Amino acid sequence: MNMDERRIGVYVCHCGTNISATVDIDAVTSYARSLDSVVVARDYRFMCSDPGQDLIKQDIKELGLNRVVVASCSPQMHEPTFRRVCEDAGLNRYLFQMANIREHCSWVTEDGKEATDKAKALINAAVRRVFYQEALEITEIPVNPNTLVVGGGIAGIQAALEIANSGNKVYLVEREPSIGGHMIQLDKTFPTLDCSACILTPKMSDVGSHPDIELMTYSEVEEVSGYVGNFKVRVRKKARYVDEEKCTSCGVCQEKCPWKAPSEFDAGIGERKAIYIPFPQAVPNIPVIDTETCVYFKTGKCRACEKFCEAEAIDFEQKDQYMELEVGNIIVATGYDVFDPSPITQYGYGRYDNVLTGIEFERMCNATGPTGGNIVLKDGSAPESIAIIHCVGSRDKHYHAYCSRVCCMYALKFAHLITEKTDAEVYQMYIDMRCFGKAYEEFYERITEEGVKFIRGKVSEVTDQAISEEEKGKLILVVEDTLLGSMVRVPADMVILSTAIEARSDAEQVVRLFSLSRSADGFFLERHPKLDPVATMTDGIQVVGCCQGPKDIPDTVAQASAGAARVLAMISKGKVELEGITAVVDEEQCSGCKTCIPLCPFNAISFDEEKKVSGINEALCKGCGTCVAACPSAAITQRHFTTEQIMAELEGVLV
Amino acid sequence: MATLAPFKEAVDAVEEAGGEAFKLCYQCGLCTGICPWNTVRSFLVRRMMHEAQLGLIDFEGEDVWLCATCRACVERCPREVPIIDIMRALRRTVVGLGVGPIPDSLRLTMKNISALGNPLGEEREKRADWAQGLDVKSFTKDTELLYFPCCIPAYDPRGKKIARAMAGILKAAGVDFGILGAEENCCGESVRKSGDETLFEGLAQSNISIFDEKGVKKIVTSSPHCYNTFKNEYPELGANFEVIHYTQYLAELIRDGRLKFTKEINKRVTYHDPCYLGRHNGIYDEPREILESIPGLELVEMPNSRENSLCCGGGGGRIWMETKKGERFSDIRIEQAIGLGAEFLVTACPYCIINFEDSVLTADKSEIIQAKDISELVEQAI
Repeated sequence: MNMDERRIGVYVCHCGTNISATVDIDAVTSYARSLDSVVVARDYRFMCSDPGQDLIKQDIKELGLNRVVVASCSPQMHEPTFRRVCEDAGLNRYLFQMANIREHCSWVTEDGKEATDKAKALINAAVRRVFYQEALEITEIPVNPNTLVVGGGIAGIQAALEIANSGNKVYLVEREPSIGGHMIQLDKTFPTLDCSACILTPKMSDVGSHPDIELMTYSEVEEVSGYVGNFKVRVRKKARYVDEEKCTSCGVCQEKCPWKAPSEFDAGIGERKAIYIPFPQAVPNIPVIDTETCVYFKTGKCRACEKFCEAEAIDFEQKDQYMELEVGNIIVATGYDVFDPSPITQYGYGRYDNVLTGIEFERMCNATGPTGGNIVLKDGSAPESIAIIHCVGSRDKHYHAYCSRVCCMYALKFAHLITEKTDAEVYQMYIDMRCFGKAYEEFYERITEEGVKFIRGKVSEVTDQAISEEEKGKLILVVEDTLLGSMVRVPADMVILSTAIEARSDAEQVVRLFSLSRSADGFFLERHPKLDPVATMTDGIQVVGCCQGPKDIPDTVAQASAGAARVLAMISKGKVELEGITAVVDEEQCSGCKTCIPLCPFNAISFDEEKKVSGINEALCKGCGTCVAACPSAAITQRHFTTEQIMAELEGVLV
Repeated sequence: MATLAPFKEAVDAVEEAGGEAFKLCYQCGLCTGICPWNTVRSFLVRRMMHEAQLGLIDFEGEDVWLCATCRACVERCPREVPIIDIMRALRRTVVGLGVGPIPDSLRLTMKNISALGNPLGEEREKRADWAQGLDVKSFTKDTELLYFPCCIPAYDPRGKKIARAMAGILKAAGVDFGILGAEENCCGESVRKSGDETLFEGLAQSNISIFDEKGVKKIVTSSPHCYNTFKNEYPELGANFEVIHYTQYLAELIRDGRLKFTKEINKRVTYHDPCYLGRHNGIYDEPREILESIPGLELVEMPNSRENSLCCGGGGGRIWMETKKGERFSDIRIEQAIGLGAEFLVTACPYCIINFEDSVLTADKSEIIQAKDISELVEQAI
């Protein structure tokens, strides 16, 4: 057999009736058989099934095929399957080509003739292209077993512990002074009503003391370079102005500090000092000085904290520190922001004292919060009725079209806490109740039994303009009770807004830092919405928790563990394969203009000063083709996407 | 219990008439809560959407004719359902298929517009009578600007003051402008909202032809309704001219120093945002800019201002229909203005003026408050 002779096999898949109901399989298969260099063309009900795969393997061996085309679905799903089939039969994976006759033919038209004609054209293109395809080398590189986890909320904590418990090193970077995230701000958790801090603080303290976790709080990732298995990360550790080694966490500094600011931990409804430990169970339990509030940083006078610190841990001269980390994998768990309801002026948030957001009410309910857990009005009195407005900022195209998934449930939890702690009547103004999780519907039933009143309708306005005696001194919620089919005015002393979960305001910076993408809702985009919900389009970087989309604690923990499993699989395998599809510079053709160098998104191109030509580091090259298109001398070729291959494919479609 | 038997032809007709977006509604009821009708009587906008979804529309009831197209619901609907388009489609179905009654006064108005080009049943030849003695020229090819007064300022005794004020201002600023008089027709905005698409298209085509024939490049309107339909609806019928509302034009003249005030108006006034100027077209600042530049005048805001403005009740063809006593939004607006101690309730729309004048007279409050168009105050102060 002549080694240069092309012996191509074409395999046409019915995909049950997905393809065969529209595309004339017999016509397409005989057409394929008639093409140049095609030795065999067969059809089968499910090409991806074991018997289908065996058919290909057998032909490669028995008929000496050296190129394979499968005409079936999108390569997104099954290209890896058929590449592996080829490799199993001893054929290099790059000698395989796929024609998509499902998504591009049978699924987009009901016209059988059109679908069949297009299927023929796509198969012709694939056959002509595969003719010129070459075997490429696949290289393997070792994986650095260290992992970076960005974000110390429940997602980051869970992922870090899962990985570190296997004995591998984790760097956990958190930008706030303590880990804990939003979960540590919550009072009770639905539907079990266990105390959020009680279930989270053991995990936080595990993180703080874990021998394989290097916790870097009050720190931010500034720069990321490299690629899967070998990332380099630059972290800025912000100055706390407190020496972590010397500090004994005695708390005298914050006791003596005379300057106050709204507490971030208490969502602004309480105060903290200029030097502060955000909350009693903070990890690490080290204070930080807020230089915006600290008067010493403004006027050069005060230093009260320093005077009283027996450990001499206060250090006004402390500077930001920079650290370079080397890691093989990265987990992004940067969490969410709470929707600010001020733009919905009709709800009066910021204008009426007793209109609160969900997170503010969490802090009010909590024993460590500013009211010591008492549910009280701004003037300290007890409310007689409280109304909870659902979907504030969610399911509304003016703000966020998506459902935030947790608000119905936390609204029910609030209703329970109010009923438990006060004699107030509770009203829930909802559109649809979404209690989908395990034991959630049962929780809904329980709260209904407790006598909470449900009004189905979106509140149009919260006003203090009374029109009757009963309304005087109250906030009045104006709403159509859509089940009654009439307008109602509900007087309440306190209004809680079930505020949405939204993407972080600085999500775009994180996207740039880690080469991620965002979906239309602003959250980070996963590789596949169902089958690959933690991976991203950048190999080696996973997204977990609410930065990927709104979710409750159980789902967040599950996703964080999934992200950790991905990383552990990579560490355990110890090496990554690098695709053979890379760009290569023809040194003879290169004019040394350097156009390509700044364009490369992976910093894979460098300039050889001696030869005065560009050179591509194949370990860094991702085969994106940017340099190939940009080179004014046409000196760069992309393997597997050569001009010859592309032109042949185009001709195949056009003839 | 009734069997759900959708009147499919009606649903199809509503969809064809441009109302298919009712499908998007998820029944939250926010529209009902926002709709000003519910401050005076029950009007379940949400339920109408649901009835449309199920094909159970009551074409014979009065609800089909209530919507004043003020756009307050559309502004905040969480699914961005174009509720006005649906209301218009329901009316088009009634008018087109005759599946329900059309209110008598509206039927008469449409007949007048169809026969005479104006809703008031006045003679076409008298359309320029408002300008008598003002030496306003007819528009010719060389004229820079066309002033389009709207039917009410052209014919109505109260409305004429608006048109006369505008002519006075434009002359004082040395603007080269003209009018078309008998050659122009009603803009048709309320005709379209009342469901008579054929009549609307006829009016629009005839206006567009005369504008083309006369070489009109730029139009200033007194009414936000003419402005809205010229700007947002005529282009799809082939119109090609610049249109500006007079508040935009006057604000520009004042900024450029072409219009100067010489007299003080020492009054406390409040400004009512007309729905078609504000919510429909986003013009909130220019009217206030003009008022604030009038010497001596003190401007105060009502509780429902700008995006939250309370409709006067005159949009969507409602101006031609009877609204029961006790159900008029303009009565509430007058009370709001009086509550602020305002001596003038100022606006920039002839429909609003008609409704406010009516409310002031009915309530016998003309000693305390007067309805004024911005153009009237400007003319008084120059």
